[in-house]
Amino acid sequence: MEEIAMYSKTVMEHFKSPKNVGVLDDADGVGELGNPLCGDMMTIYLKIEDEHIKDIKFQTFGCGAAIAVSSMLTEIAKGKSLEEAKKITNKDVAEALEGLPKNKLHCSNLGADALQMAIKDYEDRRAGKPKEKDDSQEEQEQTHSDKCYCPYCDTEIPEGTTFCRGCSLEV
Amino acid sequence: MSIINLDHISAAPILPEVQEAMSKAIKTNYGNPSSQHKIGDKASEALETARESVARLINAAIPKEVVFTSGGTESVNHAIKGVAFAHADKGNHIVTSNIEHNVVLRSLRRLKMMDYQVTSVPVDEYGRVNPDHVAKAIRDETILVSIMHSNNEIGTIQPIEEISQITREKKVLFHTDAVDSVGVVPIDVQKLGVDLLSFASNPYYGPTGVGGLYIRRGVKVWPILDGGVQENNKRAGSENLIGIIGMGVAAELALRDLDSRLTHVKHLREKLLQELPNYLSEYYINGHPEKCLPNLVSISIKYIEGESVVLMLDEEDFAVSTRSACAAGALQASHVLLSIGRDFADAQGTMVVTFGVDNTEEDILRFLKTLQEAVQTLREISPLYTQSRKAQAAQA
Repeated sequence: MEEIAMYSKTVMEHFKSPKNVGVLDDADGVGELGNPLCGDMMTIYLKIEDEHIKDIKFQTFGCGAAIAVSSMLTEIAKGKSLEEAKKITNKDVAEALEGLPKNKLHCSNLGADALQMAIKDYEDRRAGKPKEKDDSQEEQEQTHSDKCYCPYCDTEIPEGTTFCRGCSLEV
Repeated sequence: MSIINLDHISAAPILPEVQEAMSKAIKTNYGNPSSQHKIGDKASEALETARESVARLINAAIPKEVVFTSGGTESVNHAIKGVAFAHADKGNHIVTSNIEHNVVLRSLRRLKMMDYQVTSVPVDEYGRVNPDHVAKAIRDETILVSIMHSNNEIGTIQPIEEISQITREKKVLFHTDAVDSVGVVPIDVQKLGVDLLSFASNPYYGPTGVGGLYIRRGVKVWPILDGGVQENNKRAGSENLIGIIGMGVAAELALRDLDSRLTHVKHLREKLLQELPNYLSEYYINGHPEKCLPNLVSISIKYIEGESVVLMLDEEDFAVSTRSACAAGALQASHVLLSIGRDFADAQGTMVVTFGVDNTEEDILRFLKTLQEAVQTLREISPLYTQSRKAQAAQA
């Protein structure tokens, strides 16, 4: 995945004029991820027809990168079959945006994960499964299970610590 | 349309008189003040003239109490580590506050790795330190108290004189980080009663990359840069003479114009605060309403994140800053805003506006209009805003 120092032109375009912003009141699936504690929060709404994403909307609380990621994700997912949509990864979104600054890559984690949650919500609803409260918790842990690296010197930061031994930065 | 700078705390323009003095010096005064020949003498003379000007600005008893540095960051590092090393035989404990700038926090963290101990006192909802808390935190091994003069995120000014009475009584050294105060508000080191005071040149329209550390005469401080015996053996390395000449001229101008500058920025601040409710709802103004910097307004805007506001305003040619975690490159919300009781989301939506001599009332009104539109756009994207609207509708 390309890492850039500043926001790419594509990121700025999506930030300035985000696509598919809003709420679908009659959504067939909803995915909500993140919380203000992490800095970002995203909600994805899906309207499904014939196992295809007929409409998709998002709302995001977060920085420029988080908003651009949400917008790009919805553009990629729109019109796709559920099977295709399930294959969309965070990497796909970051690549479509022509890269993200190194210390913003975590923002892209939110996008595809929120989409997968929304698809799961749709499938659960169809299967008549009651909404599990713990779902979001589980997904969040999944997001953070990846190894964590210092955004400035790439040294691996052991889980549960916030201090980088490589450059002595608090991350 | 040119860019309107409402982010003077990040960078202030260099005044024409300062530019002129520096350009002239680049051409005619390149010498090394330490050299014992005429080229060196000329440089040394300019260096000491600048020192006198800067000493006057902070009312140091003698010019020698001013050590030139590469800026606020070096000054604070020098003050804290220099005192810690020089007084290690007396003790290893330092008292500070919860809302210091990262330069203080990280200097102290470095010292903690070397077995120094640190006590950090809390602040109230306005970001003010209670001097009694400082008094209680001081113990036998305490060698230094470091409390900032004004805060760079919320503008609150600390009761430095009250704290210095305590430190003098208890015979503990007192350093204050006054980077955002010197040249902006009147600063008199003798009246404040501090032993060390860090400052920089850019907040009063001098060049960046140059600053000063006031060290009261007789106070023992080790250098943190080792090498030659420049700056009275307190700071090694040939002086940044061109920058220092600029800083000296800027100090003269600050002394001369401080009153009119204060009146100007105070007026702009009042205008912004008075007009803000006409353009924005659901926000907090951070910091102490009176004991604060006259040129700074810190606003926590609910339901949105600071970096997106900065980017949107930048598109419309307004420069402001934010201390949201995202913009800072960290993943944690500002420790200052959390310390005064803001929650994580509100801390994320905080924007800092800082005025200068180049701003006008018209700038403020145009800015407010642009801010209103940016906030509205971002709130429409925000799930937190939608949640709050739903909750309000449910209540009604």
